[in-house]
Amino acid sequence: MRTNNVLIIGGGVIGTAIARALSRYELSITLVEKEVEVGFGASKANSGIIHPGFHDQPGTLKAKLGLSGNVMYDKLCKELDVPLKRIGSLLVALKEEELGILEKLKVQGELNGVPGLKIVKGEALFQMEPNLTKKVKAALYAPGLAVVSPYELTIALAENAQQNGVKVILDAEVKNISSVNGALKRVETKHGFILTDYLINAAGLFADEIASMVEARNFTLLLRKGEEYILDKKTADLVKHVIFPISQKETKGVLIIPTVDGNLMIGPTAKRIEKKSDLSTSREDLQVILNRVRKLVPQISSENIIASFAGIRAGSEKGDFIITPSKKVKGFINVVGIDSPGLTAAPAIAQMVVDILSQEGLKLRKKRDYQPSRKKWIRFRELPSREKGRLVKKDKRYGNIICRCETVSEMEVIEAIKRGARTLDGVKFRTRAGMGRCQGGFCAPRIVQILARELGIKVEEVTKRGRKSNIVLTKK
Amino acid sequence: MRIQKVDVAVVGGGPAGLAAAIAASSGGAEKVTILDRNKTLGGILPQCIHNGFGLHRFKEDLTGPEYAQRFIDRVEELKIEVKLETMVLNIRPEKKILAINAKEGIFEIEAGSVVLAMGCRERSRGALSIPGTRPSGILTAGVAQQWINLEGYLPGKRIVILGSGDIGLIMARRLTLEGAEVKAVVEIMPYPGGLTRNVVQCLYDFDIPLFLEHTISFIHGKDRVEAVTIARVNEEKEFIPGTEKFIDCDTLLLSVGLIPENELSSSAGVRLDPFTGGPVVDERRQTSLEGIFACGNVVQVYDLVDHVSLEGDIAGKNAALYALGKLKQPKRLIKLIPGRNIHSLVPQLISGEDMTTIFVRVKTPEKSVKLKMGQGIKEVKKPLVNPNQTLTSTLSLKELVLLNALDEVEVSIIKEGRE
Repeated sequence: MRTNNVLIIGGGVIGTAIARALSRYELSITLVEKEVEVGFGASKANSGIIHPGFHDQPGTLKAKLGLSGNVMYDKLCKELDVPLKRIGSLLVALKEEELGILEKLKVQGELNGVPGLKIVKGEALFQMEPNLTKKVKAALYAPGLAVVSPYELTIALAENAQQNGVKVILDAEVKNISSVNGALKRVETKHGFILTDYLINAAGLFADEIASMVEARNFTLLLRKGEEYILDKKTADLVKHVIFPISQKETKGVLIIPTVDGNLMIGPTAKRIEKKSDLSTSREDLQVILNRVRKLVPQISSENIIASFAGIRAGSEKGDFIITPSKKVKGFINVVGIDSPGLTAAPAIAQMVVDILSQEGLKLRKKRDYQPSRKKWIRFRELPSREKGRLVKKDKRYGNIICRCETVSEMEVIEAIKRGARTLDGVKFRTRAGMGRCQGGFCAPRIVQILARELGIKVEEVTKRGRKSNIVLTKK
Repeated sequence: MRIQKVDVAVVGGGPAGLAAAIAASSGGAEKVTILDRNKTLGGILPQCIHNGFGLHRFKEDLTGPEYAQRFIDRVEELKIEVKLETMVLNIRPEKKILAINAKEGIFEIEAGSVVLAMGCRERSRGALSIPGTRPSGILTAGVAQQWINLEGYLPGKRIVILGSGDIGLIMARRLTLEGAEVKAVVEIMPYPGGLTRNVVQCLYDFDIPLFLEHTISFIHGKDRVEAVTIARVNEEKEFIPGTEKFIDCDTLLLSVGLIPENELSSSAGVRLDPFTGGPVVDERRQTSLEGIFACGNVVQVYDLVDHVSLEGDIAGKNAALYALGKLKQPKRLIKLIPGRNIHSLVPQLISGEDMTTIFVRVKTPEKSVKLKMGQGIKEVKKPLVNPNQTLTSTLSLKELVLLNALDEVEVSIIKEGRE
């Protein structure tokens, strides 16, 4: 059996970012993911915000990596052909006594090195956001905030890593890790054993369990569930910037987020939980979210909600990222406790892991044929009419519109499957089919049949997201 | 880009669009074209294999496919052009339609008049924000019907149905006949959402329990639905603690309402009625844009397909007249205003020049009432009114004369004996 130089556990945005950063070197790298597709854990439920960096306390890894991650995004998204919109944010003060907090955050941001921070008020503020409540006193404007699709990014990172030789093994939960005399030996999944010199724990929500397989664990995860609600695209014009409230708590509060795909998203809440499988949403949290966002933008209505979801942030008890090599087991590196601003920091975290590996003795030799750019496939709906017509002439499958709400053609669904989609959610995250206002009512049966046809499996075997999440149960 | 000229373009080939196209063609429009997204004509009807269609229109008890076929045969006889698997991308107020299909690519249709007949879609789980997890096995009743009746797959075996709309009731029976166990139908209102005949024939006849004033308070399950918790609700529709029941199941069907599909209408600039969710129309079914007509479930969600076809007849006939330059625009329009216990009225505007049938939906059930129009214009006794049934009322010429002096008329339900 060939020994890997590096094995990464976890196919979320952190694991795939690390895989991609390492793929530029002459190394043999494997990534294992317990779900059937990458990004199916916390990453798919991320808010998709690249934070400007004024929220985090100076001196923390969060502040440092958040800021350096933010500035890496333009190049990253250009290389990966993933849409990124720098729409900026407004942190809104509704009371006179909150104005001091704005000033304080501005100073904190400037200490962190955040550029362009500005307090805006009055006419200037309403020109930026005409639908903000008239009660607003002032806002802290941060031009550097961007939005991105967290799953599209994760999928693109994994694709590009694979282009550059990284092996990705899915549906491969780690069962056991053995080490001998303080040196790593092998990692066991249901697909067999994998040997590796270096092992990266980027298992997110399950990082504590992975660490415990290697050594006496020296951190505790702190789980906080967040619910989010997506609004119909017809409300997209209500706000143009991400709107932050003043939050006294450990989180950034309940936000209004114009997503990169043109929906509004409201949330998240933050509820401490114990159970890692608790991804339920509740009426209470929905009410909390509605009450809070309507204080900022009164026009937001529950009638426009088209979807909801929950995700779990696996932060660390000490409140900062933990990115450290093990002192006892050589080659084992924890990248854990990555909650907000984890997505923002992801490219910087990946770079930091590369540096740690190098310090730990991994030889890094740049590849000659490293290919940093990955191309997304054609998004039919984004093309001008003339171009659409030309494509249909070339391949009729572009003329067969599968998802009516988001205008997704059959050809795009097929391309998504070619690139690795195995499930209904996998197709959805890659193409947006089923993400519109009818939530897959029309297109799900058709996509299930295309999946069955392209993958050569039975319709009954097609799942929503792997395991036993089958769509239909039996043939009549 | 290719430009095709037609007299009447009908967007949607369901019951409304079929009737409209036939009426337009019979009314003298030379070139009539139906555009539809599906592989077949008939809209939702091909999957509605149960009976009960056509009792009013044909005085016969037909299945959905049979009902549709009568219209499809006529469309063929009249040589109406049909473009299937064709998606309309947008409609402009000057009656230009941009569409796409695999055969022709992108093309534009320049129409003398347009009939909007896009129908409606089902409300999804997201729109209701039902608490709980997001496993597979949650689907709308119409999608379940499609899986069973068109594709030949059983979506689940132990079923709970939320909402007692007609599709949900029909599916309770259909699933039972296919060997699934329907454990409960749960309805948030104090009365069923569907037709009484469907409650009797689909639930009572099969001993399926109906829980009124209940809703789903939680969906359980990681990969696939494992159970739901239902709870009684108070008048504010809040869960009443202590009333929860845990029902073990693998599938949750949603039959919680239909929404007129007006994305194309509103992007064209057609004015919508907040009560119906569809275009504001006059009695000719002309929308706020001249030469653009609408009919069927895109205007308001009807209980009977017969009503949908009837409205298709009206829209098609007038669309043909418009395209031929023969439709006289009304001198003025009188506004119908929903009054006491009225949910919605169609048409919303009447010219007062012709005999007109008005479709009325009430808000809550009431016994021994009268449907009242304006002051002393018309009062009709109604032993029972129900939100799940459309009332119709036809205004005679004599009544229209009385109306003509007014700018707007309130329509309301009043208690009998009350003035």
